[in-house]
Amino acid sequence: MAKMTMVQALNLALRQEMAKDDSVLILGQDVGPDGGVFRVTDTLIDDFGPERVIDTPLAEAAIAGMAIGMAVYGLKPVCEIQFSGFAYQNFHQIENHAARMRWRSQGRLNVPMVMRAPYGGGVRALEHHSESREAYWAHTPGLKMVIPSGPRNARALLVAAIRDPDPVIFYEPKALYRAFREEVPEQEESMEIGRSQCIREGDDLTMIAYGAMIPPAMEAAKELEKLGISAEVIDLLTISPLDDSVMIESIKKTGHGVIVHEAPQSFGAGAEIISRLMEGAFYYLEAPLVRVTGYDIIIPYFSREKAYMPDVQRILAAARATLNN
Amino acid sequence: MPRTAITLTETIEHLSVLNEHGEVDTDLEPEISQDTLLELYRAMLLGRRFDERMLDLQRQGRIGTFPPIKGQEAAQMGSIIHLKESDWLVPAFRETAAEIWRGRSLESVLLYYNGFNEGTIIPEQQKDMPMSVPVGSQILHATGIGYGAKYRKNGEIVMTYFGDGATSEGDFHEGLNCAAVYQVPVVFICQNNQWAISIPLKQQTRSETIAQKALAYGMPGIQVDGNDILAVYVATQEAVQRARNGGGPTLIECVTYRVMMHTTADDPSRYRSDEEVEKWKLKCPLSRFEKYLQQKNILNDTNCEEIESLVLDRIQTAIHKAEQQMAAPPDPLDMFDHLFEKLPPHITRQKEEVLRYLNSLKTGNRREGEHNG
Repeated sequence: MAKMTMVQALNLALRQEMAKDDSVLILGQDVGPDGGVFRVTDTLIDDFGPERVIDTPLAEAAIAGMAIGMAVYGLKPVCEIQFSGFAYQNFHQIENHAARMRWRSQGRLNVPMVMRAPYGGGVRALEHHSESREAYWAHTPGLKMVIPSGPRNARALLVAAIRDPDPVIFYEPKALYRAFREEVPEQEESMEIGRSQCIREGDDLTMIAYGAMIPPAMEAAKELEKLGISAEVIDLLTISPLDDSVMIESIKKTGHGVIVHEAPQSFGAGAEIISRLMEGAFYYLEAPLVRVTGYDIIIPYFSREKAYMPDVQRILAAARATLNN
Repeated sequence: MPRTAITLTETIEHLSVLNEHGEVDTDLEPEISQDTLLELYRAMLLGRRFDERMLDLQRQGRIGTFPPIKGQEAAQMGSIIHLKESDWLVPAFRETAAEIWRGRSLESVLLYYNGFNEGTIIPEQQKDMPMSVPVGSQILHATGIGYGAKYRKNGEIVMTYFGDGATSEGDFHEGLNCAAVYQVPVVFICQNNQWAISIPLKQQTRSETIAQKALAYGMPGIQVDGNDILAVYVATQEAVQRARNGGGPTLIECVTYRVMMHTTADDPSRYRSDEEVEKWKLKCPLSRFEKYLQQKNILNDTNCEEIESLVLDRIQTAIHKAEQQMAAPPDPLDMFDHLFEKLPPHITRQKEEVLRYLNSLKTGNRREGEHNG
């Protein structure tokens, strides 16, 4: 097994799926010789040619809209939007068409497309480059919304997303693109979309997070361990459809929960998670569930970015508060 | 470092073959068999009569809101006839006649406009996209499908329809731009019917023609008299041949007129004059074609009446069938179907919740009935 960054792991997923199935195509801005601004599609054009690694005009709606047409045609387009902040220019295509085509055609047509986009803060980027707006997509019926948290699951989930018969929005935490390496098997590996994972077992507290918030959540769990508090960490991996079974079971065990995401708090994934926990584990709760999230503001320019992003200290404070409640 | 002029040599052609008096330019007249001409006439008449009947039904409250096509039959039939079964149709929402030509049943149209999802069923193997309501957004799907057809090298082409209003949308620009960049086999048919709800063409664009926009994208563009089925036929035939031969996309502007309202929820008297409408009615594509066929002795009083009666019978039968189907209350649980290939657990739970609720209503009603009895 090779140790890979998330970027390399994503590249591997694309390369293997393209080699296996000639209906898999990539389209987006600068995905060709440039290899994408984060190099996720690096050298794919050398192996698969410009017909399959399609450099597009600067047109996000066209990327998504053409991908819808290609998908209806029977291809499996994987489109790359350079930053999730530019995906709003194709939101109408995804909402009006990708998400509805199967329903609208009563099952006759489907849209097996993937829209990949780097999301989130923490890399000192420009405005429109750091948002975490997964809730838009997760709120849209007919879409699947996936966010990996490490090289290995990013690769396995992207493979699953490409093979999925329905449209998948695949947000990549760009703060983690090169943050660490993980062993990624060369042989094929895929994970089921719509399943969350308990990545650390514990008895006193459940922490639920995803994407770039997994490292601080894990770090906080380690800190709590030093205080004699055993924290369980759940990595959602899929935001929609949300797998509530693992988190409900966990809360039944621990009675305490902290939800961590960098997206704005109101109407974010945390609100839905808390609703599900109230429905599924209300009588097991020993204290109110707590959210550690971004604030309901535009993510500030990077000199203030740290103050916005949930970090280990904020997570620890929330954990202590709910445990002491 | 001079400041010089880049001279563009391109011009935009306007094509008209059959004028409003039914006079034909024999030099431009396409060769079309008698059978095909009659078939086109039947299809246009069906489009017209069905539209009129639907308006009656809507006014009687028997169907919901729909967008009438009256006046645009030639633009639709003169173009759609060139598609093979293996080609793709990507319609907007005012292409009922073209969709029926492709095999959509009248019943399905009635079901759709009466709010039944069942009305959107596209028969298996038929390469037609469902109607697209957001204006212009379907243009990009045509480009994507065209890319697929070119990639698979199977000779399929795509025809997509939109109105003049759609040409102001970003998706129109992105769709045509990408189609030209990738040289995909797509024929873009703009039914320039002069009005995007209440906004007239002059307020939609400062371009003298819509066809000239093609030049900016680097593809051929042509303006035709959209009420002249022969002109639409000729221009589309050329565009289809070009697409099939690897010559890339074409934009065809069919200059026509929306004789009726945008949809039945719209009142055009608020924004346009009766004089204007009356002027355009004189250019009626159907009566013009009728005159042409009469002059060619293809249509006479006898077969004309016969066709009319067959068309009306077909419409009546469809209404009857559709109303029979709609008489049974739709199962609300069906609304959960077809969202995903496999329904996720949380939606399955919601579906079960609806079922439980409906069952509780039945039980409640029965109890109430028992009590009253």
